Amino acid sequence: MRMPVPIAPVLAYHAASKRYGAATALDQFDLALRPAELFALLGPNGAGKTTALALGLGLADPDAGSVQLFGQSPHALAARRQVGIMLQDAGLPDTLKVSELLAQTRAAYTQPLAVDECARTAGIESLLSRRYGRLSGGEQRRVQFALAICGRPNLLFLDEPTVGLDVEARGLLWQAIRTLRAAGCSIILTTHYLEEAEALADRVGVLVQGRLVACGSVAQIRARVSQKRIRCTSVLAAETIAAWPQVASASRAGHYIEIVTAAAEPVVRELLALDATVAELEVHRAGLAEAFVEITRAAA
Amino acid sequence: MSTAIAVPALASSTPVPRLLRCYALEARHEFLRLLRTPMFALPTLLFPAMFYVLFASLTNGSASGPINPAVYMLAGYTVFGVMAPGMFGFGVAVATDRDSGWLRWRRASPMPPAAYLAAKLVMAMLFAALVYATMAAAAVIVGGVRMAWSAWGALALVASLGVVPFCAIGLFVGSLCRAQAAPAIVNLIYLPMAFLSGLWLPLMLLPALLREAAPVWPSYHLAQLAYAATAQPHAGSLLGHVAVLAGMTALFLLLAWRRLARA
Repeated sequence: MRMPVPIAPVLAYHAASKRYGAATALDQFDLALRPAELFALLGPNGAGKTTALALGLGLADPDAGSVQLFGQSPHALAARRQVGIMLQDAGLPDTLKVSELLAQTRAAYTQPLAVDECARTAGIESLLSRRYGRLSGGEQRRVQFALAICGRPNLLFLDEPTVGLDVEARGLLWQAIRTLRAAGCSIILTTHYLEEAEALADRVGVLVQGRLVACGSVAQIRARVSQKRIRCTSVLAAETIAAWPQVASASRAGHYIEIVTAAAEPVVRELLALDATVAELEVHRAGLAEAFVEITRAAA
Repeated sequence: MSTAIAVPALASSTPVPRLLRCYALEARHEFLRLLRTPMFALPTLLFPAMFYVLFASLTNGSASGPINPAVYMLAGYTVFGVMAPGMFGFGVAVATDRDSGWLRWRRASPMPPAAYLAAKLVMAMLFAALVYATMAAAAVIVGGVRMAWSAWGALALVASLGVVPFCAIGLFVGSLCRAQAAPAIVNLIYLPMAFLSGLWLPLMLLPALLREAAPVWPSYHLAQLAYAATAQPHAGSLLGHVAVLAGMTALFLLLAWRRLARA
């Protein structure tokens, strides 16, 4: 635990649990989202990410514990007015035009964003007069994002926002998310893409089988993983190196040998001692991807 | 006294013009959705009048006793016609919106939930009025029906308000079944119910058992009101029919509400 948070959280879970039949979807979930913070919830499929969002939005009630949205029940209209949503499984009416969907959504908020500003931010200017059902998957995601931001939300719920987007569209969306965050909007997003969390998030939580098994900054999560990656050219066989006591794995990748180990220094010393031809030596701390794999494996 | 407190509170949380705008947009979009899916709208609008034209020309001139077949069938097929916008408009549309995730999205958004139902209700009533208009045109032109303005007006009232119980039934069906199954299930309820209420064939032509069971069906009660409106022979007390229809509306609304609150 670091320093206490003086400002009231925008979204707070207190030991929130949710069961569906015999399955525990969410188990004693604790989280306090600070103003203007971007929190990424990571986890494999079925880990409870969508359930966590559903509780925050009042789409489901916790069986135990509590959830507060802007200090109120998530069912309160005043709380929901401050929220923008992008759900994974939201089908908007196919026969309505994008401009109509936008008008209807804006009308529900007290201080909506101007249509052209909203369209520009989400990159849907050219889609306004088209029917939602005739758009591509990526275009539909952009429209959903436009609807999420059109009410000038103080908190955005983004459930897998970039699924189905091409690289360019994803980059644009990331840019839009960063802009909103910089303007003071809090964001909670779920994602499969670790690079998304790494690129955007202030804080990351890892959810495994309904339990929050790790929570912290990207650097803190990464630091929980002691593994390092060594890469070099060598005449030694990968199998020989893999047999060394401190080496987790060693493999040949083309011209290079890649070694994963918890103790980089002794392994490098050994390498240099045994092979005078070692060259192009690189040592990397493991990324979020390795951290995630290790944390989920340890928790499962 | 309590309203004096509640009104300003409501006004400060949701300015009335803004709320009105929500409802107006919702109704407009409901209309557009219907207009842009003519495959639903056209059969609903035209089938009752087509049936009427077909059967009225078959039974032409066989007037007997107090029954005027052309008027009697106008009343029956109008009831048959106004059941459809309620049952399909709510049943199929709610199932579709539930399956697609639109209802879930709406529940998380600040959109007023009542606007969704109000827009669909207004649209069903509008549609029922249109069905009645086509029926009236067919009755005048093909059936040679001539009635007092008060009778036309009374039947219009039965048609546009009579759609409400079927909206409630549709809502309940839509809250239960999946989008793909909804049209078939609604038809499975709609068509037998119309037949068993004597809307296609007069009840006296049905077997005694079915004839006696007819008051089970809401459409039977609406039909009695339609016959009364057009001075045709009818059974039971008018107030009783209205009470049954109101009760069924409340029952199915309650069932649907409980179901949708959990979905």
